[in-house]
Amino acid sequence: MKLLTHNLLSSHVRGVGPRGFPLRLQATEVRINPVEFNPDFVARMIPKVEWAALLEAADTLHLVEVPKGPIEGYEHDEKFLRQMHHVLLEVDVLEGTLQCPESGRLFPISRGIPNMLLSDEETET
Amino acid sequence: MDSDHQSSYKLNKTEKKFLRKQIKARHTLLRHEGIETVSYATQSLVVANGGLGNNVSRNQLVPVLEKCGLVDALLMPPSKPYSFVRYKTAEEAKEAYVTLNGKEIVDDLGQKIILYLNFVEKAQWKELGLQALPPGLMVVEEIISSEDEKILLESVNWTEDIDNHNGQKCLKHRRVKHFGYEFRYENNNVDKDKPLPGGLPDIWDSILEKWLKEGFIKHKPDQLTVNQYEPGHGIPAHIDTHSAFEDEIVSLSLGSEIVMDFKHPDGVTVPVMLPRRSLLVMTGESRYLWTHGITPRKFDTVQASKGHRSGIITSDVGDLTLSKRGIRTSFTFRKVRQTPCNCSYPLVCDSQMKETPPSFPESAREASQLEREYVHRVYEEIAEHFSSTRHTPWPRVVDFLKALPSGSLVADVGCGNGKYLGINKELYMVGCDRSQNLVGICRERHLEALVGDALAVPLRSGSWDACISIAVTHHLSTAERRVAALQELVRLLRPGGMALIYVWAMEQEYKKKKSKYLRENRLRQGKEEEIHSDAAEPGSLGEQVPDAGDQDAPCRVSAVTDVRAGGGSASKVTDAKLPVHTNRTSFRSQDLLVPWHRKGNPGRDEPVGATESRAPGPVFHRYYHVFCAGELEEACRTLSHVRVLQSYYDQGNWCVVLQKV
Repeated sequence: MKLLTHNLLSSHVRGVGPRGFPLRLQATEVRINPVEFNPDFVARMIPKVEWAALLEAADTLHLVEVPKGPIEGYEHDEKFLRQMHHVLLEVDVLEGTLQCPESGRLFPISRGIPNMLLSDEETET
Repeated sequence: MDSDHQSSYKLNKTEKKFLRKQIKARHTLLRHEGIETVSYATQSLVVANGGLGNNVSRNQLVPVLEKCGLVDALLMPPSKPYSFVRYKTAEEAKEAYVTLNGKEIVDDLGQKIILYLNFVEKAQWKELGLQALPPGLMVVEEIISSEDEKILLESVNWTEDIDNHNGQKCLKHRRVKHFGYEFRYENNNVDKDKPLPGGLPDIWDSILEKWLKEGFIKHKPDQLTVNQYEPGHGIPAHIDTHSAFEDEIVSLSLGSEIVMDFKHPDGVTVPVMLPRRSLLVMTGESRYLWTHGITPRKFDTVQASKGHRSGIITSDVGDLTLSKRGIRTSFTFRKVRQTPCNCSYPLVCDSQMKETPPSFPESAREASQLEREYVHRVYEEIAEHFSSTRHTPWPRVVDFLKALPSGSLVADVGCGNGKYLGINKELYMVGCDRSQNLVGICRERHLEALVGDALAVPLRSGSWDACISIAVTHHLSTAERRVAALQELVRLLRPGGMALIYVWAMEQEYKKKKSKYLRENRLRQGKEEEIHSDAAEPGSLGEQVPDAGDQDAPCRVSAVTDVRAGGGSASKVTDAKLPVHTNRTSFRSQDLLVPWHRKGNPGRDEPVGATESRAPGPVFHRYYHVFCAGELEEACRTLSHVRVLQSYYDQGNWCVVLQKV
């Protein structure tokens, strides 16, 4: 699971509503997968990122050199875009958990795949 | 069309049209059916379009034909769109040729049908090579000597042990005796825990060994039923219980020949001559799907020209004669099955029918249960095989993805094996599917995917530029759940974001064109691999091993009938069992189970002389709700904050593009 994917995940345990985001990440195994750098693509992702969630996730993984937020003229700042490229697309969480911030429900991440399934009881209204 | 009368006058426009059509019919018959027409007048004609397969009945056709003369014979082959007529004289045939070409008649369904006639050398069916033994059936002649026949017949003691353990019985129409296991007629099965003492008589040891060695049989049988038929005796049409015996069933005919009738569930009957001292071998389709039986009578109708040779008794009235039956003793060898049957013919398989089909769900809980059993569990089981048949993305889904602006965030809800996730490298796509195994396949392909439910998609609201939902919503079993799944897509979209939705259509024929799903019915046989790479349908395309569904000739595909009322809302029938669909035929119900035949073991040896290619694999049933015209659009219009941009039909699917406003 890439951190950009993590940035787009949310829990839907009954009654949680919009407070299912961001999921708290705990990782036991992380791999860096080199991905071809496409500065235009990364630049387009920047406005879509929820920064607080990204920084929290990066922090739990002890990543360094993570920009604290979008900077002026980032579209043309290769250093910034490369850092973001690495954080969003190359960091791959293989094993760990995601926790719903509201209900505390834990979702496993196994072999890079988050399992977000809920039981009928957890979703019924 | 080089008959004399033609040059004597100029053809008018209509006549020219009929002539063109007639020539076309002639070419079609030759190309597709191997029927050769001749250009000179004979007694016999082939009547194109005037066939049982075109819903033209004998009662309708005969009066039409008899206007031109005395009909000597009318052969109407089953499920074929043509027939053969033989007149008493060539003059009468010529009269029919001239007056009936282009003749319009009305078929059983009230449709107009135009007849086209051409001369043929002989009104025959068999000699055209159109009738074949049931697949998997073989008759080996002269398998034992007359001396051995005598010894074997004498070895059966019909007088001993009335109160015996070999279950001797005088049935209504024959005498019968069992060895190895007793066959119980009350449940048509054997008591697997109670083998009869003594097993099979020793005298058969060397014979069975020989058959094994020569490849006529593959497994040593452990059950023998001896039947004795006097003239006038018979056995009702039946299929040997699937769960009771293994695939291969063989039967030795001694004392006298007999004609056995094989019948396909579609109604085709093939009478097969079993000569004296021959071995009948039934495997595959002939063993599992066709019934076999012997009509109680004293004479059999047989082929005069073939004498006592094995083969099919054809309907050629010019070559039939009667043969007086003698006393026939049959020795039927079977191997008792220890595990449930997993054949490809679930409709006639007791092992696969045991679990009662699920009912139409009455509550959200039942719906969820139904989907768990008949959607989620099945995909989990078939994931690998399913994925191997799903590598061709659909062009119009690809078009949608390619037209999105670079840098769009796209969610593929129900992503399956992820075949759309990597289509456009300028998008950031995340897949979501219920099946862990399918998501595992996405992951192996380095695609971003997670396990989640379409009714509670674990993705952030309002942040996606686009969503696709391809062949997903039709797996939800109530109208409420289908609408809820669509509403989930809308929740994910940012305002202005677009969703593309594909669902399987009830209408597999649209604007007179059959969908690929139906068309591939014919193509598939023998071309399995090619079709695999060419799968088109979301639901269940191009993937199964040949199965019972293959029997359906295209002419059987009729207009959609029996459609449930009500556009978006499923009409409820209390405790209605869900029907099982026959693959590659028109749908007969909106809510149904679609069988998936997982590939069998390809390593099995080919049976000697048999035609089936592969051991059948297990069958799974997936629940579907196929959508009627307008139903998907209507469901989308009930959603809040939505505008329907586009609504179309694509290869057997109903499709909608909607936008969040």
